[in-house]
Amino acid sequence: MALLQIAEPGEATAPHQHRLAVGIDLGTTNSLVATVKSGAAVVLINHDGDPLLPSAVRYERDGGVIVGHAARAAQAEDPENTIVSVKRFMGRGIADVAKYGALPYRFVDAPGMVKIETVAGIKSPVDVSAEILRVLRKQAEESLAGELVGAVITVPAYFDDAQRQATKDAASLAGINVLRLLNEPTAAAVAYGLDNASEGTFAVFDLGGGTFDISILRLAKGIFEVLATNGDSGLGGDDFDQAIGAHWRNAYGIAAADHRDTRRLLMKAREVKELLTTQETVETVLPLSYGQEFRLKLSRQEFHAMTASLVLRTLKPVRKALRDAKLSITDIDGVVMVGGATRMPHVQKAIAAFFGKSPLNNLDPDKVVALGAAIQANVLAGNRAAEDLLLLDVIPLSLGLETMGGLTEKVIPRNATIPVARRQEFTTFKDGQTAMSIHVVQGERELVKDCRSLARFELRGIPPMVAGAARVQVMFQVDADGLLSVSAREAVSGVETRVEVKPSYGLTDAEIAAMLKASFSHADEDAQARALFEQRVEAARMIEALQSALKKDGDILLAGDELAGIEAALASLAQVAAGADHRAIKDSISSLSGATEDFAARRMDRSVADALRGRKLEDLKIS
Amino acid sequence: MSPDFTKNHFELFALPVSFDIDTQALERAYRDLLREVHPDRFAAASDAEKRLAAQWAMRANEGYQTLKSPLKRGRYFLRINGIDTEEETNTAMPVDFLQQQMEWREAVVEARSARDEARLDALAAHRLDEEKIMFETLQLQLSASAMLSAARLTVRKLRFIEKLGEEIDDAFEALSA
Repeated sequence: MALLQIAEPGEATAPHQHRLAVGIDLGTTNSLVATVKSGAAVVLINHDGDPLLPSAVRYERDGGVIVGHAARAAQAEDPENTIVSVKRFMGRGIADVAKYGALPYRFVDAPGMVKIETVAGIKSPVDVSAEILRVLRKQAEESLAGELVGAVITVPAYFDDAQRQATKDAASLAGINVLRLLNEPTAAAVAYGLDNASEGTFAVFDLGGGTFDISILRLAKGIFEVLATNGDSGLGGDDFDQAIGAHWRNAYGIAAADHRDTRRLLMKAREVKELLTTQETVETVLPLSYGQEFRLKLSRQEFHAMTASLVLRTLKPVRKALRDAKLSITDIDGVVMVGGATRMPHVQKAIAAFFGKSPLNNLDPDKVVALGAAIQANVLAGNRAAEDLLLLDVIPLSLGLETMGGLTEKVIPRNATIPVARRQEFTTFKDGQTAMSIHVVQGERELVKDCRSLARFELRGIPPMVAGAARVQVMFQVDADGLLSVSAREAVSGVETRVEVKPSYGLTDAEIAAMLKASFSHADEDAQARALFEQRVEAARMIEALQSALKKDGDILLAGDELAGIEAALASLAQVAAGADHRAIKDSISSLSGATEDFAARRMDRSVADALRGRKLEDLKIS
Repeated sequence: MSPDFTKNHFELFALPVSFDIDTQALERAYRDLLREVHPDRFAAASDAEKRLAAQWAMRANEGYQTLKSPLKRGRYFLRINGIDTEEETNTAMPVDFLQQQMEWREAVVEARSARDEARLDALAAHRLDEEKIMFETLQLQLSASAMLSAARLTVRKLRFIEKLGEEIDDAFEALSA
């Protein structure tokens, strides 16, 4: 239960209380949660005194779930039921997962996204990620002593629609209200930009555990504009561990008896990789399950030689991003390093050589994403005037449709600023054609088979016409979280057919609701109480927002009877919200929302007019 | 209630309806507008306001992208003057122009297979010059109503030049792979 907040004596009650909001870096290897306290972003520390929560989840036979260090430590002992680096499986099919080579999990093929069979039943990557998020939410709520109004969750810039949707679903499942999905490099730039008050053009080089992202951003007058982003969603620090493991296997003739041995080998490889950042040579001992012990040795020089090609692989996306941003290397004012893997000396050296300047390292590369997310969460929760910070982010991959011959027709190009909407017109191929199959894809390749398939749907009921006469308008909309929705309508002869499709890996809203319910009863939480709490928060938010809008503009923009009508609806919502029926509150919220649509539109129109006159409403009032 | 779609993109940003725009003024107006309407400003607002904000931001982004690119701006300027550039239907092109385009494309393919980066650089520079000249022509044609229909051909030519640019970029990408 949230504690009531009491203002300091003598201090006027603030127009609105500080809302608890956090930034979450849901990482491949580790996850973090941060918040803004007294104006400064800080990473919250867990019970172990550690800011990092290993992104490891172990499922036990009795239904117990262990998350974090204890789970990671159990990897070698119980590899099949201990899921690590689950982020790599988010929104991915069984064919995608196969490219990671031998993994200890029992994968189950499912439409759109793989699932994993564990002793506790079949789990999807969304379930596993939700376990991690649940721990972070609890940690934050205990540490901040209150319920969160929401969180900004970061995703690799290069995540496609299915991966973003999966992340958002995991948050819902963990009972987190997602204020925004934010691209990781953008979050890092926010953390750097505000700390260093820089202006200029920056490259953010983000080498995480399992993904690589490069973003080019322009920072000017509080606006962070992403110019281009690129990356490789299958390249990360884990690949360096794999390279060491493969080297040892060959050099020492290590035969891993089972998955446990493979795990031990990789954990040892990671340990050695990290030590090589500060040491020239590392020696270690690897005990295997059949009693044999291997004395292993690796020098930094050997390590750098065997992984030089991995470092080189990062430069190709960097060049592409520069080309997309229409910039050359000399236009870059600074390079921000993000992700623990950027600590490797040869990565630092390669980037310094490529850009001709030493990269910025003054913030902890493991924390910088969470810190930036916390800053943005604080703005979105309304704790800080949004004028000082605005993020203009982009979509990483082009969105398009399949046309005749299996070719891709791009509808929204990559690096388009979001939110974005675009309409494209298509027509029929045959005389009398009454249906059209619409296949939505994401990617840069010319052939549909080389792109990722996001959704398929059919538009039916087209009146029979000669080929080429129908006018089918397909509308793509990408929201501020980078999530796509597609609709199609046929506009000839007055007949309209509309199909809405939310591309995802096959989870419908109803399925998510069911999973949510199951998880609540599982965690012994009362779903009703949670729903009531959520609706009350929503009602309070709406009442507060509307009251402040009425105070500002009610007299100017509303006629007397309109104002009275809205005030009555407002009073009615306040009354219903005091009751215990969450459905009634929900209905009352939506009716108030409907009643204020015109008012909202007028306010928006006026803001727009003011913006273009270069004046703010506040200025007008003073003069 | 959706954003006012009766205004054209120029009017949206309070710019004179002309191909020849002040790009700095465009940039300023775009930023000022987004500061007001971006969905991030409405994260704590009602659903109606959130929806409106998203629509406005989409409208602003569309307008900005259209006006920022000279080719898109030219095409759009013709469209609001009731002139279709017929890029999908009209394939009639001067023979010498087509000839030159074919030569350039062959040169790109050759440079690509010979992995000749210097040659690609030269082609890219040459293409930029050509594009610049053509934009100047377009600007001239779009400033006089009598020449608007002649501008259609220039837009169609620019489409070829743009396509060539994409091919050069692809070739650079192939070389750096």
